[in-house]
Amino acid sequence: MKPAFKNPLLFGVVFALIVTTGFMQSWTVALKLLNMGLISAIMALGVNMQWGYAGLFNVGIMGFVALGGLGAVLVSMPPVGEAWSAGGARALLALGVAAATIGAAVALWKRLRPGPKRGLLLTALLVAGFFLFRWLFDPAVAAIEAVNPAGTGYLGGLGLPVLIGWPVGGLLAAGAAWIVGKTALGLRSDYLAIATLGIAEIIIAVLKNEDWLSRGVKNVTGIPRPFVVPYEIALQRSPWFLSRMQALGVDPVTGSSVAVKLLYAVLFALVLLALIWLSQKALHSPWGRMMRAIRDNEEAAEAMGKDVTGRHLQIFVLGSAVVGIAGAMMTTLDGQLTPGTYQPLRFTFLIWVMVVVGGSGNNWGAVLGGFLIWFLWVEVEPIGLWLMNVITAGLPEGSALKQHLIESAAHMRLLTMGLILLLVLRFSPRGLIPER
Amino acid sequence: MDLLNAFVALANFVLVPAISYGSQLALGALGITLVYGILRFSNFAHGDVMAFGTMVTILVTWWFQDMGVSFGPLPTALLALPFGIVATMALLVGTDRLVYRFYRRKKAAPIILVMVSLGVMFIMNGLVRFIIGPDDQRFADGLRFLIKARDFKAMTGLREGLAIKTSAGITVVTAIIVVAALFWFLNRTRTGKSMRAFSDNEDLALLSGINPERVVLYTWMIVGALSTIAGVLYGLDKSFKPFTYFQLLLPMFAAAIVGGLGNPVGAIAGGFVIAFSEVTVTYAWKKVLVYLLPDSLEPDGLVQLMSTDYKFAVSFAILIIVLLFRPTGLFKGKAV
Repeated sequence: MKPAFKNPLLFGVVFALIVTTGFMQSWTVALKLLNMGLISAIMALGVNMQWGYAGLFNVGIMGFVALGGLGAVLVSMPPVGEAWSAGGARALLALGVAAATIGAAVALWKRLRPGPKRGLLLTALLVAGFFLFRWLFDPAVAAIEAVNPAGTGYLGGLGLPVLIGWPVGGLLAAGAAWIVGKTALGLRSDYLAIATLGIAEIIIAVLKNEDWLSRGVKNVTGIPRPFVVPYEIALQRSPWFLSRMQALGVDPVTGSSVAVKLLYAVLFALVLLALIWLSQKALHSPWGRMMRAIRDNEEAAEAMGKDVTGRHLQIFVLGSAVVGIAGAMMTTLDGQLTPGTYQPLRFTFLIWVMVVVGGSGNNWGAVLGGFLIWFLWVEVEPIGLWLMNVITAGLPEGSALKQHLIESAAHMRLLTMGLILLLVLRFSPRGLIPER
Repeated sequence: MDLLNAFVALANFVLVPAISYGSQLALGALGITLVYGILRFSNFAHGDVMAFGTMVTILVTWWFQDMGVSFGPLPTALLALPFGIVATMALLVGTDRLVYRFYRRKKAAPIILVMVSLGVMFIMNGLVRFIIGPDDQRFADGLRFLIKARDFKAMTGLREGLAIKTSAGITVVTAIIVVAALFWFLNRTRTGKSMRAFSDNEDLALLSGINPERVVLYTWMIVGALSTIAGVLYGLDKSFKPFTYFQLLLPMFAAAIVGGLGNPVGAIAGGFVIAFSEVTVTYAWKKVLVYLLPDSLEPDGLVQLMSTDYKFAVSFAILIIVLLFRPTGLFKGKAV
């Protein structure tokens, strides 16, 4: 089949799957699928930049998603004035001291000649800086977290529109990516994978434990919606909306929930389209050709005078920023930041399956993979449960094996996703929509 | 100043836990480093291989306990261990035949193999959760302590007690035996020598008539044994939870890289470096300092450098430092 015919067909199939869910289950489920599909597609797009354009293996997607979510919180939540006056300034000063210590250590390392003197000075500086930091930081944190711990107990955000939080989330993720990339790029390709695995665990640990920043496992709830998306309650009270729903013959409660999800879908689709447009432009520009040249033969590209490590750092940061934006969007959609729910299998490896299945190196492929794999991830569970019920139908009611099998059906997802990944890598490594 | 009590407190809370945790990490890192040295990729499925081996061991342990078989004061799991090892070897050799061999023949880039190992990890993780569930399982039985804190105090008359768990003792003894056997195998036997030759220079090894498939087969079998032993020891010492085993991947990789990927001695050293740093950084030093400092200087806080929730940050920090200053590891590894 020609790509011009096949690709729209594939997208049509995925769209039909979602519409079928709408008819079979409910429209709210279908729209939820669509919204998370859009977000997954953006994440896949970001990962595809790293893997598809440049061959960089990022195993820490979860961390960048979570940082994006933090960005949304820090921008949109109202500031907690009391907490700021209790210890905000001191906490910021402490963080400043920490940053200054690291900066000074780097400068020291570069200025002094190698030798035991340099090592001693560096150690002394770092130890002193650490204790100064803790001396400033600990009381500030205690003071902040003591302010109404059940309700706030954190500094809050800036109280700005959440839409500003999306690019800010991207920036946070880009910053973390820069730190990782700066150290791990230019070495063996596996090192980046291991370093990203580590940074993701640490970001999640910070979000879980630094209550002054993100309320930790107490979660931040009630993140304000973007101004274009009204609340369901407000819709149900608006006479204009009620008359509309009456004209359509739809229950206003269902109608309001569908309307809100549709508005989100439009918003997310706009972001996705903008990002695809930019990525396509970039991929077909001289810059994109250079990237692929580097990916296909690093030595040759280096011999042509291309700065391989520099370009890798650039694309790694860009891709992570896109993932961060998606993370901020997801937190906005959920209306809450729940650090306890970030699981590597869901947020890192699932995105990888999306990219590989869709077609690495092709932006449309990544987007298709995002929708398709998200659909499967959600639907495999009920299908697995149904399958288990069918398989165990012959077993006597109340048998331990039957109960165990039905309870374990939830873990079918992991098996299925792993199997899909392996099968695609083996038999169709270029994915559904291959790179041209 | 009370050096003796300070030392006992240090031994009780830092030295003993770090030595047993370090041995467990070292065994895990050895598996990673062997796969890296011979098959030339970073095996992300290693944590879940450990979980699989431990799971089989736990199931057999439960079966033994049901039948009333026990190992006296030692945990029954030690009797079940060989079953776990054999099952894991079979799983790994089967995975190699079904999955990895294809890419090896094709001479695929290492990064593709890393990705494939990610898929394998997914499947093994699902398998383990499917069979035993995602929850915590405790399977240690037998004597709990070699030395109890109270007995130690009565014996020595010191204020601080020293408790040594049976699992810690078993860990250290087993680790020493396993490592000795491994090095004997690698340095003295024909197969071991061919494995080292293959790891040093693949082309030369092939030219001198070494059968690569045989080398790979033995590697997977050794890795299966090492990872199952590491997993069971860790499970006996703490507890078994599939997700914890996945998370062990980071400290194990850090240990392998610190020592130099592909270098078995380095993996052992790396395991202890990571374990000692993790324990010392997250330990609340107040208890030791109370004995060392005069009363006037007694610390107010716990003198804990970092909360235990950040233990992964320690492995990560060490990893970053090594990558920045000595990417080949402390002992010379293969990778640059």
